[in-house]
Amino acid sequence: MLEIKNLTVQVGCREILRDLSLNIERGEVHVLFGPNGCGKTTLLMTLLGFPNYKVTRGSVRLKGVEITTLPTNERVRLGLGMSFQHPPEIRGVKLGEMVNIALGRKEGEIDSEVVGLARRLNISVAFLNRDVNLGFSGGEVKRSEILQLLAQSPDFIMFDEPDSGVDIENIELIGEVMRELLDRNKMPSRREKAGLIITHSGSIMRHLNADRAHVMLDGRIACSGMPDEITRNVMANGFERCVELCKTGRENKEGLE
Amino acid sequence: MNKKERVERAERAKGKKAALGEDIAIENFTAGKEHEEHEPLNSLDEFPEKYQQDLLNAGIEPSEKGRSGSFLQRDCSVVFSAAKFPGLEIKSTTDALKDHDWLNEYFWRAVPVDADKYTAELELDEDQEQTNGYFIRSEAGRKVTMPVQSCLFITTEKIGQKVHNIVIAEEGSELHIITGCSVAHAVNSALHLGVSEFFVKRGAKITFTMIHNWSRGVEVRPRSAVVIEDDGTFISNYILMTPVKSLQMYPTAYCVGRNARATFQTVIYAHGDARIDSGSRAVLQGAGSRAEIISRVIATENAKVVARSDVVGEGENAKGHIECQGLMLSDTAEVESIPELKATRRDLVLSHEAAVGKIAEEEIQYLMARGLSEEEATSVIIRGFLNVDITGLPEALARETKKMFEMSLEKVV
Repeated sequence: MLEIKNLTVQVGCREILRDLSLNIERGEVHVLFGPNGCGKTTLLMTLLGFPNYKVTRGSVRLKGVEITTLPTNERVRLGLGMSFQHPPEIRGVKLGEMVNIALGRKEGEIDSEVVGLARRLNISVAFLNRDVNLGFSGGEVKRSEILQLLAQSPDFIMFDEPDSGVDIENIELIGEVMRELLDRNKMPSRREKAGLIITHSGSIMRHLNADRAHVMLDGRIACSGMPDEITRNVMANGFERCVELCKTGRENKEGLE
Repeated sequence: MNKKERVERAERAKGKKAALGEDIAIENFTAGKEHEEHEPLNSLDEFPEKYQQDLLNAGIEPSEKGRSGSFLQRDCSVVFSAAKFPGLEIKSTTDALKDHDWLNEYFWRAVPVDADKYTAELELDEDQEQTNGYFIRSEAGRKVTMPVQSCLFITTEKIGQKVHNIVIAEEGSELHIITGCSVAHAVNSALHLGVSEFFVKRGAKITFTMIHNWSRGVEVRPRSAVVIEDDGTFISNYILMTPVKSLQMYPTAYCVGRNARATFQTVIYAHGDARIDSGSRAVLQGAGSRAEIISRVIATENAKVVARSDVVGEGENAKGHIECQGLMLSDTAEVESIPELKATRRDLVLSHEAAVGKIAEEEIQYLMARGLSEEEATSVIIRGFLNVDITGLPEALARETKKMFEMSLEKVV
């Protein structure tokens, strides 16, 4: 589904991602851990094709299509979707309108389809009529983002901290919709969607029963493994030590062979 | 003030340049008497086919459907006026003066006759019976919920169209007015001088939605003021999306009564070389009176816009708020935002927020991440920016106003 090869990315004059490679197959969900500032969000923004994120080396392929130089909306047309951590407020543009846009309608009323989708995220009609992200609480932002994805129904979905600032009750709700969006309720062989999730907590990951986890350090994928193993390691030893353990584990294995 | 006095004061102000806006040589434009009268119409859809679209663009419904009354003035001739609702009066101010002796007292009560050379010109013209304009009045207690429409239309090159409008909502009545000003395509140069005086009596309400649909050659100098008595409400929505050569106006609402309320909402999209100096002012004299002034200005190409707003707090527990926002779409355009607050006692609250900027890159990117192209995203943001939620209108009128707004918007984005 997504193939990242030797990706190097600059923001301004700073190199944030270095020689990063990552493969995510159809039907898989990967989780990305890492300390603040290690480049996780930069990776997602780069995959979306935002102009401030300059690819200086490497390539990105989505569904076999080279997308490294495509504008954002064409990547979206190919099936890319994103739940933003801090989406901008847009005055006068209602959440309901955003849902219509995500549904691919040029213009549209807040009709029964929009209302129906919103209900799944416990979002009222009154809330659909509010300017998008203007004065939304942390949890409301996340639900609004996931609602827009539900309307968009992308094939490869990136989530930037979908659970931060969300109360327990709504974590359940969000987790459930994410499961659906990512085909996690289907048999593994039937799963068509794939995703990449940045998170700091284990709860969403457990909800989704993710396939693989990666720790990012200093603009690189420093180690990868089974989500449970990586989470345990990070929780017990911190990011850097986890990466070290990863390395020695690998060396030991190599030594034994 | 009697007629003689008025004329004398006007005579003295003949050469008085307006405090704001570039000076216009009125004598370069022709007066009403120099033109032949236009024939009156039996209905609005008799208005020449070639102008019908211009009527629609100014929010006027030629079929008169859904309207409780209509008024159309072409150049200096009133060609149509009809009231369909009992308790509603709509006619030319010239005719109304003949019908009502008392009306004289309303002339120049809200707008000073000697404010500047434009008001003076109007009075002196009126003296010669060359001015018209509309007179709209709702009788006490009558709630005219269906909107009244009025249109001031220019079809003659180099004309100076002068109107004196008087609108009165008597005690406890309600009046909703849609007014459009428009100009024929063939006209390259014209002047519109309009004095409008509104009187909102005790417990009455007027909503006034005005679409200006001028062209690149028209200069416009409206002079408007509103007097609001106890528990009265005045809501103005002003929309200017199409080009204009120059416009200067600074309507003032005097909230003289207890709990009088005034709202001004202004949406301006300035094109080309337009010079626009537009403001709204509220003087809160009554105890507990309130005002809200909201403006959205977009400047593109070489347009220069001064967006003014002013709230003067005088009455106890008065409350006023100003919100003005500007959006720059060009490096050769200019927006000057001037919010002013004046308090004259302790127990009142006045506030303002103002901002001018460009479209935020991240807003465009966010919309692109939902599938829009850059162009589509920009247009959604501009529409959103101009989308002022109009409050206080009956539902049907709110829908109508929305439709008019959408239609105006379609021409620009």
